[in-house]
Amino acid sequence: MSADRAVLTVSELTARIREALEDRFPAVWVEGEISNYRVYGSGHAYFTLKDADAQLRVVLFRNRARRIKFEPGDGLHVMAFGSIEVYPQRGEYQMVIELLEPKGLGALQLAFEQLKARLQAEGLFDQARKRELPRFPRKIGVVTSTSGAAIRDVLRVIGRRFGELHIVIAPARVQGDGAAEEIAEGLRDLNALGDVDVIIVGRGGGSLEDLWAFNQEVVARAIVASKAPVVSAVGHEVDFTIADFVADLRAPTPSAAAELVVREKQAVVDTLGELRERLERAAARPLRDLERRVDELSLRLRRGMRGSLERARQQHRLAGRALAAASPRARLSRGRDRLERLDARLRDEIRHTLAGSRHRLGAAVGRLDSLSPLAVLGRGYSLTRTAAGAIVRNAHQVRVGDDVRVLLHEGSIDARVAATRERDDRPQV
Amino acid sequence: MTDLKFEDCLARLEQIVGRLESGNLPLEESLKIFEEGVGLARSCARYLEAAEKRIEVLAKDEGGGLAARPFSWEPDREQ
Repeated sequence: MSADRAVLTVSELTARIREALEDRFPAVWVEGEISNYRVYGSGHAYFTLKDADAQLRVVLFRNRARRIKFEPGDGLHVMAFGSIEVYPQRGEYQMVIELLEPKGLGALQLAFEQLKARLQAEGLFDQARKRELPRFPRKIGVVTSTSGAAIRDVLRVIGRRFGELHIVIAPARVQGDGAAEEIAEGLRDLNALGDVDVIIVGRGGGSLEDLWAFNQEVVARAIVASKAPVVSAVGHEVDFTIADFVADLRAPTPSAAAELVVREKQAVVDTLGELRERLERAAARPLRDLERRVDELSLRLRRGMRGSLERARQQHRLAGRALAAASPRARLSRGRDRLERLDARLRDEIRHTLAGSRHRLGAAVGRLDSLSPLAVLGRGYSLTRTAAGAIVRNAHQVRVGDDVRVLLHEGSIDARVAATRERDDRPQV
Repeated sequence: MTDLKFEDCLARLEQIVGRLESGNLPLEESLKIFEEGVGLARSCARYLEAAEKRIEVLAKDEGGGLAARPFSWEPDREQ
């Protein structure tokens, strides 16, 4: 070791780098694609600008961000103007942006749109191409990284729902160079096993770049070529990848994919139990139907027999009655009845008439009595007749010495007129 | 269920139940398919009982041949 070498501290070196960089790049234009765009609570946005070979960390402070006319976002190709700053505490440098302008579509975005349009034109996204998932898969293939969260999520969900299944993992890197080829190979390998019922292909969530393998044609082609139905599970709720478009079913996350593929074991057991019950019930039915028919026929037979017997009996009864009605004894008896009835009516009639006459007679006698002149004698009046029988009404009809007979109510008196008076002292009425 | 998958087995069972339930089969025919249905239900149940947990990971040998070896993971080891 030589003692005369100049040794700087990290701080000294960093200070020099800072000076060099910040002096050299106080104002510079750079173009690249936005990645990992994130706005913090402070309102500042941090992201990366990148192209095929390099990345640049970038900050867009709130006061500058407010002036930007468009929505920055991942995949967007932009031109940025600003200065380079070094952050000594972390040994990092970043660009502080003053201006940001969009520049057409980002390259990744463009590649995505182009591939999407091409595959869609081939009909690979058609709904008609999509296969149904098996309802009860026995062997499930999973293409993903064995070290990621995705495989753990899938195994956990399947273990919980239906632990006794056969799962085969085709390990594949799910981001970075070569990831797409490994995913495609995993799909082919699982199909080569020949007995895999359904395949889940995916990874956990990440940035657009992280998911990029699932936007590559080689993966799309492998999914299309798979004999077993494929469920895509690229952990991103919002954006669709090309894999999502060509898969038979798209799940938003690996856990969701596992839930779509595997039913609860209890539900399967219940389904089977229910089928068994229905089978037994349905099988008993033809026999029950036959039994019911036999019962019904025998009932109708009995009812039919009873009916004809009843009719015969009824006829017999009617005939007997007709016969009895036709007999001479009956006619005689009916004549006697009629005679008796007529006799009784006659007697009634006579009794009635007699009673009526008697009543009328009584009434007539009563009237006659009240009209008789003799009737007044009963009240104390008397009647005087001359010897010749004339009724004496006036004093001048008799003379003194004439004999008269006075009729009383009971008996009579012979008298001789002692005097006559033309007028007496009766009060005049 | 050697040559019939659980899936197909269950589908056939559903079909049989449906035919029996439609109720317009001759007696002999319904007895025949009932027996088949009972057999299917039994093998489905046997399958559910016999199903075992197997988690494997594929590996390629030098010749490119595929081999599956057990994959172990610890569900409790959460982050």
